[in-house]
Amino acid sequence: MHSDARPPLGLTIGAILGLLFLHLPILLIFLYAFTTEDRSYQFPPPGLTTKWFAVAWNREDIWPPLYLSLRVAAISSGMALVLGTLCAAAMARARFFGRDTISLLVILPIALPGIITGMSLRSAFAVADIPFSTWTIVLGHATFCIVIVYNNAVARFRRLGASMLEASADLGANSFQTFRHVILPNLGSALLAGGMLAFALSFDEVIVTTFTAGQQSTLPIWMLNELVRPRQRPVTNVVAIVVFTATFLPILAAYYLTRGGEETAGGGK
Amino acid sequence: MESAHPARGAFDRMTALFWRRPKLLTALLIAPPLLWLGVVYVGSLAALLLQSFYSIDEFSGIVVPEFTLKTYAELLIPSNYDVIVRTVTMAAAVTLASVAIAFPVAFFAARHAKGRWKAVFYLGVMLPLWSSYLVKVYAWKLILAKEGIITWAAEGIGAGNVLGAVLAIPVIGGNSLSTSYIGTFLVFVYVWLPYMILPMQASLERVPTSMLEASADLGARGWRTFRSVILPLALPGVIAGSIFTFSLTLGDYIIPQIIGSSRFFIGQAVYSLQGTAGNIPLAAAFAVVPIVIMLVYLAVARKMGAFDAL
Repeated sequence: MHSDARPPLGLTIGAILGLLFLHLPILLIFLYAFTTEDRSYQFPPPGLTTKWFAVAWNREDIWPPLYLSLRVAAISSGMALVLGTLCAAAMARARFFGRDTISLLVILPIALPGIITGMSLRSAFAVADIPFSTWTIVLGHATFCIVIVYNNAVARFRRLGASMLEASADLGANSFQTFRHVILPNLGSALLAGGMLAFALSFDEVIVTTFTAGQQSTLPIWMLNELVRPRQRPVTNVVAIVVFTATFLPILAAYYLTRGGEETAGGGK
Repeated sequence: MESAHPARGAFDRMTALFWRRPKLLTALLIAPPLLWLGVVYVGSLAALLLQSFYSIDEFSGIVVPEFTLKTYAELLIPSNYDVIVRTVTMAAAVTLASVAIAFPVAFFAARHAKGRWKAVFYLGVMLPLWSSYLVKVYAWKLILAKEGIITWAAEGIGAGNVLGAVLAIPVIGGNSLSTSYIGTFLVFVYVWLPYMILPMQASLERVPTSMLEASADLGARGWRTFRSVILPLALPGVIAGSIFTFSLTLGDYIIPQIIGSSRFFIGQAVYSLQGTAGNIPLAAAFAVVPIVIMLVYLAVARKMGAFDAL
């Protein structure tokens, strides 16, 4: 499905400019982490230094938010893995009443703006008188992570087809043995990809979190506070690089795990 | 309990049961995620709706849990209504700009990129889509700052007064790019652009080459083919992308808080009302506005066939 004609020059330039527009801003973060200027965002940096990495390492207010973010991301993506896979398994099995409603319900938490999910949960906590805790954050994160796992798993289930499962049954395996020895190995890389994307999404999430965290601080919330009231600007840059890497690597890994199919991970954030 | 195989244990008996009643297994599989989404998500949405029909006692500041439309009426007072109009205008502008910038990228990726370039374009859109939202916004804070790279570049090429003239434009201008609507607009376009490129690219990939050849055979030149064949066929993808850019702009409160003038968008209104002001009913009513706008938008989009492209 390609045009044979050479692309018009204007189109090529437009496409390249578009890609550059998407990538250049992020590179700037890396430069600013080395600047000697810590009171403004002066460009070009007056000098370069690596001391901010050590300063960031020794700042004690960074570690607790980092631990909280890692814990929340781990629990949320774990829960999303179980719920998303179950949902995909059911949807792949049969057409049943209310199927379209359920697929809509799964997508809704990321289709609607985060502020609605956040404000809804906040309202629910107010109505039910639930105090803020790690679990109120997890509640929100797991909800919007389900769809990420679901999208990855449902595509793989579709490819797996019914014949493999029937063959397994014909050979005398029960449902649990089929799950353990046939479904799981086939699903493995798709689940790993989905789990990593969910982890990245949760680790980085800030909008829903601001509504469900109360006084707690995750790493993105810590960063948000530094953005509003900057203290040592290059330290924020160092943290930004850490957050960027912690989301970038899982995404890249997820891509390589699932590429080469129509189901390449990440198509539907 | 007789099945094709003799029963050997509890697992086998359950397997036999699932085989005889396949719907039971489906129901067991779907129950946990359905319960979770039903209770946590739909339950919360219901709580949101419920709160929006409550009101706040003006003197004590305590939420009065009685049904009233008073809170929704408050949305119509000029200062609140302005917030809604401002947000919707921004969302529309961001969507139009995204379409313009996304088109060449999507078109090139769909119809000209091959082999390795295909992967370059795929990752080139996917990585910015997934990389940290806050880091992206932060990068723009650096770029748009008064002492930042744009001012430096503008002065370097002798266009410092052009930048000054742009910033002097009333309403959309400001003290620096990072405190103006222009800045807010740029960051919105940057952050949501990948959400426009992907569905656009998907729909462009589905335009059959034979139709373009037919158009050429009938004597249409490039521009005519583009307007009469490609554009109508790509429209569902454009609409699907616009659902994302529009909806995400409507609900965002971080970007206008960090980059922009101090005037509120819907998201900021919701956030500050539920937080320091403690007026959860009005915050909830504000949050219902994007939902209603998006429901109307989705209904129109569905009519135009946008969901085939998702």
